[in-house]
Amino acid sequence: MVGFNLSKEHLLQQQLYRKFAETEVKPKAADMDEAEKYDVSIMDKMAKFGMLSIPFPKEDGGAGADTLSYVLCIEELAKVDASTATACSVHTSLCTTAIGRFGTPEQKEKYYKPLASGKKYGCFGLTEPNAGTDAAGQQTVAVKEGDHYVLNGAKIFITNSGFSDIFLVFAMTDKSKGTKGISAFILEKGMPGFTIGKDIPRMGIRAASNCELAFENVIVPAENLMGREGEGFKIAMQTLDGGRIGVAAIALGIAQGAINETVKYVGERKQFGKRIAQFQNTQFKLAELQAKVDAARLLVWRAACAKDNHDPISVPAAMAKLVCSDVANETTRTCVQLFGGYGYSREYPVERMMRDAKITEIYEGTSEVQKMVISGAMKIK
Amino acid sequence: MKIVVCIKQVPDTAEVKLDPKTNTLIRDGVPSIINPDDKAGIEVALRLKEQVGGTVTLVCMGPPQADVALREALAMGCDDAVLISGREFGGSDTLATSTIIAAGIKTLDYDVIITGRQAIDGDTAQVGPQIAEHLGIPQVSYAEELTADGDSLIVKRQFEDRYQKIRVKTPCLITALSEIAEPRYMTVGGTIDAYAKEIKVLGFEELKDKLNPEHIGLKGSPTNVVKSFTKQAKGAGEVLKDASADDAVKAIIAKMEEKHII
Repeated sequence: MVGFNLSKEHLLQQQLYRKFAETEVKPKAADMDEAEKYDVSIMDKMAKFGMLSIPFPKEDGGAGADTLSYVLCIEELAKVDASTATACSVHTSLCTTAIGRFGTPEQKEKYYKPLASGKKYGCFGLTEPNAGTDAAGQQTVAVKEGDHYVLNGAKIFITNSGFSDIFLVFAMTDKSKGTKGISAFILEKGMPGFTIGKDIPRMGIRAASNCELAFENVIVPAENLMGREGEGFKIAMQTLDGGRIGVAAIALGIAQGAINETVKYVGERKQFGKRIAQFQNTQFKLAELQAKVDAARLLVWRAACAKDNHDPISVPAAMAKLVCSDVANETTRTCVQLFGGYGYSREYPVERMMRDAKITEIYEGTSEVQKMVISGAMKIK
Repeated sequence: MKIVVCIKQVPDTAEVKLDPKTNTLIRDGVPSIINPDDKAGIEVALRLKEQVGGTVTLVCMGPPQADVALREALAMGCDDAVLISGREFGGSDTLATSTIIAAGIKTLDYDVIITGRQAIDGDTAQVGPQIAEHLGIPQVSYAEELTADGDSLIVKRQFEDRYQKIRVKTPCLITALSEIAEPRYMTVGGTIDAYAKEIKVLGFEELKDKLNPEHIGLKGSPTNVVKSFTKQAKGAGEVLKDASADDAVKAIIAKMEEKHII
């Protein structure tokens, strides 16, 4: 990225992402939301064209692009379907990135490369019924017995879990140590005692696969411990720092998508003998929203460029997520209002976007957590 | 098989809008795209390569900005690209254009040249066949299917009411319809490779021993445009269903009388 302009490579990639989203995802978004079921053939197609491999090096089976390209992809997907953007984001910036960064050479060969090339799909299991923001309250336990660990417990709201092959799961190996007693494990679908429950009914991103996981005496080979015992919390937090850039891009895409739909609608809809685009209220509202969305986009790009430059990302990622998710909620709410009654109907996509926007203030760290990160860095105590 | 695909960068006519006040075309900000028939040509070339092996080389004549069209085609999986570009080439009509492109292709090895049938900004369908004439090779136009068979190609040509299937020996030139193949997407990795490649630029200097300066640019263009106009849209027409031959004849005569044609 030079100045505030995208490079030619990024523009070409954006063209691919936009075309893919418009052609392959948009026509299915409303039906998937209605059916509350994800069409995994979209993941298969994204994999085919490298969209699940964007920031990973070519030698690992990745596409050889960067985080900026990845957020361009997520924005384009989220403009038409936040569920698809979420699926791509969790696979890429949570599961694959974490194993690529913290895995042993053997783990990278066995798990990271198939994930980075899009041959396998991944998810990230941290949240539990009683451990959300307070991730230290993990109740899933892993007990070492000889050359393996025995896992018992449950996870909830695990995105992509219905169709994933590889699961990054966090569990307590030493309860007495609090966050320093959490460890990370790589699990495979089909391990005896590991069951994937039903999708949890939700307000938004209803198409995304989001299930409960249950572990009942699951035998996990010791070589599937990622990092050392007790490093799980650090791994989770550092991974989530990067994941937040993806979530910020989802929120950004939802907002831009809602504006695009609204601009189209107000140009056609007539009231009082005028197109509603001709009313100054409509013009000013949309101008304000677009200015905010553009500002939010710069925060996302700044965080993505920081990651690509190996600069600290914690604060820029938290700021991007905090602002984008707020902008997404304000924007979608205003867009529904500009549509009027039709905006509230499920005939048009803005009501779905308004429902989808809410989760961006919650998952991968609530807005309150982002404020903790930012104020902490400002040393306000 | 060495495959050459000729492509043109054109304004996306689907994005061209009318100014509601002046009723003229708004050309500003209209994105440029690879001409749709040419893009289908790229796809069929890539499939041919997948079938029999070989290389796909792109040739494009245009201003330096056409570089982006070539990068897109490279990102779809083409091997290399040549941009024919020079101020001397400006103002060329189809004859001068085909003269210049043929001179560029003469610098390359090829078994088959694929061009789109026609470009959406001119709709002439002349450049492809003219290139074949300049090169003295057989041409098969309006191809809707193309497969390799030894050193020949089997081509299905589309007509309004029938099709023709013919075998043609290479080297030859094919003009492709957009129906020939649905173009694939670029891949993300392909976009990285596309910008890592060098696009060869051929200007007048590089081609001057193959070109007569009198035959290129405005000077070499015998076409005179008398007038440009938008084609009147025809109505959907009326379809008579289940009418007997006699009734149909009567209905047609009545319609012609009504319109004072007879």
